[in-house]
Amino acid sequence: MELSRRGFFKVMGASGAALAATPGKAKATWKSKAPPDAYGCLVDLGRCIGCRKCELACNKVNGLPEPEKPFDDVTVFNQRRRPDDKAFTVVNRYYTGRTDERNQPKPTFVKVQCMHCQDPACASACITGALHKNENGAVTWNPAKCIGCRYCMVACPFQIPAYEYSNPITPRVRKCTFCFDRISEEGGTPGCAAICPVEAITFGRRSELLKLAHQRIKRDPVNYVQHVYGEKEVGGTSWLYISQVPFEKIDSYNMPTRQIPKLTETIQHTIFSYLWAPITLFGILGGAMWTLNRQQITGKSGPGKEKEDRS
Amino acid sequence: MSEHARPAPVAAPFWTPGVLVLLFLMINAGFFIVARYIGGLAAVTHLSQTRPWGLWIGIDVATGVALAAGGFTTAALAHIFGRHHYEAVTRPALLTAMLGYTFVAIGLVIDIGRSWAIWKPLVFWQPNSVLFEVAMCVVIYLHVLYIEFIPVVAERFGDRIRILAVLNRILDKTMWIFIIAGVVLSCMHQSGLGSLMLIAPTKVHPLWYTPLLPLLFLLSAIAVGYPMVIFETTIATASLKLEDEMEVLSPLSRITIGLLGIYLALKIGDMVVRGTYVYLADGSSESISFLVEIIFGVIVPWILLMCPAVRRSRRWLFITCAMIVGGVALNRINVFLVAFNTPYAEQSYFPSIGEISITAGLIAGIIFMYRIAVTYLPVISARRREVTS
Repeated sequence: MELSRRGFFKVMGASGAALAATPGKAKATWKSKAPPDAYGCLVDLGRCIGCRKCELACNKVNGLPEPEKPFDDVTVFNQRRRPDDKAFTVVNRYYTGRTDERNQPKPTFVKVQCMHCQDPACASACITGALHKNENGAVTWNPAKCIGCRYCMVACPFQIPAYEYSNPITPRVRKCTFCFDRISEEGGTPGCAAICPVEAITFGRRSELLKLAHQRIKRDPVNYVQHVYGEKEVGGTSWLYISQVPFEKIDSYNMPTRQIPKLTETIQHTIFSYLWAPITLFGILGGAMWTLNRQQITGKSGPGKEKEDRS
Repeated sequence: MSEHARPAPVAAPFWTPGVLVLLFLMINAGFFIVARYIGGLAAVTHLSQTRPWGLWIGIDVATGVALAAGGFTTAALAHIFGRHHYEAVTRPALLTAMLGYTFVAIGLVIDIGRSWAIWKPLVFWQPNSVLFEVAMCVVIYLHVLYIEFIPVVAERFGDRIRILAVLNRILDKTMWIFIIAGVVLSCMHQSGLGSLMLIAPTKVHPLWYTPLLPLLFLLSAIAVGYPMVIFETTIATASLKLEDEMEVLSPLSRITIGLLGIYLALKIGDMVVRGTYVYLADGSSESISFLVEIIFGVIVPWILLMCPAVRRSRRWLFITCAMIVGGVALNRINVFLVAFNTPYAEQSYFPSIGEISITAGLIAGIIFMYRIAVTYLPVISARRREVTS
C-alpha cells in the first residue's frame, strides 16, 4: 500500500477541523418525547364482567378476520390468550382466590391490548420509524416504512406487536391502533370503549384519567389495590389500569419505572452526536498510521525502527 | 511484504469431496429459501409472536459479524500500527470479512419479512434506533471491504479489465482512508450490535444484560479477530496442503493474550459489580450456557495461550483458537437466543430444520466462495507443500 503524503494531510486536516468544530463531549441529557396532552383509556378491572363485547367491537372496527370461536363463547377463558395478528385485544379470566357472597370463586377479567406507552420502546427501536407515537397518544404502524425486521417485537415490554409470519411478501406488524382514525375525529372514542356496557373502559385525556383513577381507588380502598398500573410503569402508558387484585396475579408484570428507550438512546446520542466519537477515532488512527508508517510514507528512514515480535 | 512470498492463486484441485458437500448444503438451503418465499417465515422457521428473532439473527448476523472481525483487526495491525510482518494474513482475513458481511446481508434479506424493502432505512432515517446505526455501518463497511479488495482483483485481472487498473491506481493513493474507515466503522457496529438487546431489559437474562454490553461486544470482537484468522488459516492451509504459516500465526496468538485478557477482566468485573454471580449456581440452562461460554470459551483458551508450547504447536494453537471462536459465537447465541425470554412465552424456542438448513447453507456459501477466490485470485501467500504425506 502506498500513501501519498499530500493526500494524507489533506484528509487528516479536514477531519481535524471537523473534530475542532465538535462542541467537546456533547452533553446528552435524555428527554422524554411523551406528547403533552395525550389521550388515554382507564380500564377499571373491578367493573369488567368479561362479556367480550370489546373484542367484538375491535374486530368489527378494524375489519379483522372472523375468530374460530364466536365472541359469546366463554370457553375461550379456559386458557390465557394474547393479542395476535388476528385480534388486537383479548380478555382473560383469572381466579385469584377471591370469593363472592355465596362463597363461589370470583373471577377477575383482564382486557389486554397495546398500552400505548408514553415513550414506546417499539418506536425507539424501529429502524425506519414505521412505528410512531402520535400527538394524540396512539402508537401506530406505517406500512410504507416497515421492512419487517421485528425489532419492535424484541423491544416491546408488553409483547404486543404481532407478526403475520405466514405472509411471504408483505407481512404486517399488527397491533391495537387506539382506533387512531376514530379518536382523531371530534368526540370519537375507541371501538372497545364505546361498546363497553359497564363503563369499565373510560376514554379521555390521560391527565384527567389519572385523577379519576386515583379518585376511584381512594373512594374504595378496601377493594382496590392502591396502584394505578401504567402511571409509572415504563415511564407511563396511555392506557391505565386499576384493579381489585394484585397486578402480578393477573399477568401484569412488574415493570421498571424508567422509560425503556432511555438507556439505548442515551448511549447512541452520547457517541454519535455530531459523529464526534467516530471522527475522533479516525483522527487517532490516522495519527497512529502516520507516525508508525512514516518511513513508508515519506520514503525516508525515520526513528523507531520496527521491531519484530517473536512468540 | 519483503521477506514473504507474494500472495498468489492456489493451484489445488477444486472439485474435492469437501466442495461437493458445500454444494449439497447450498442446494439444500436453496429449497428452504424458495419455501420461505412461498409460505412465509412461518413455513420454514419456529419464529413466533414471543420469539421474533431466532437462529438467523443469532448466528448468520450476530455471530457472522463478530467472526468477520479478523478483517479490521489485521488491517489495523499491519497497515495502521505498521506491523508489516503480518501482511501475509491480511488478504485472507479481508476476503473472509468481505464474504462474511456479504452473507450477513443475504441472511438479513431472507430474515426480514419484507425483503424487497431492505433499502428503506437508507431513506427513512431513525437515529434513535440502534438497529439503524448498525445497518448503516454494515452497509458502508460492506462497500469499504469491496473497495479494499479491488487491488487483489486488479493484480490478477488488471491488464485485461482496464477499469480495474484505473481504480487500482486511484486506490494506491487513497487506500489509507478506507483502511481507517473500515476500522472505525467496525468499532461502531460491533459495539452497536451489543446495544441492540439493551432495548429489552425485562427480557434479557441479567447474566448478560449490562449497560456494558456494547463495550463487551467490541472487546470480544477485537479479541476474536486473530484467533479467527488463525483458525481459518490453519483449516485453509491444511485442506489446501499449504505451508502452515506458523511464523505469522504464533506471534498473532501472543497478541491475543492481552486482548482476550482485557475482555475477560471486564466481563468478570461487570459480573462482580452487578452481583449477577448469584445466578451462576441456579442450574438453569442460562447459567450453564454462561459458564460454558466463559470457562471453555475464554478462561481455558486464555490460560492455554500463555504457554509458549501451545503457541508453537500447530495442533494446540488450532484447538485453542477454535475454543475462543466458539466462545464468542456462543456469547452471541447466548445474548440473542438463550438469554432472551419473554414473560408471555408459551413454549421455548428451538430452531427448525429450515432455519438450520439455511444457516448451514449460508456458511457453506462463504466457504465455497472463499475456495473459489483463493483459487483464482492472489489471496494466500503460503506456498503449496512439495511433498504431501
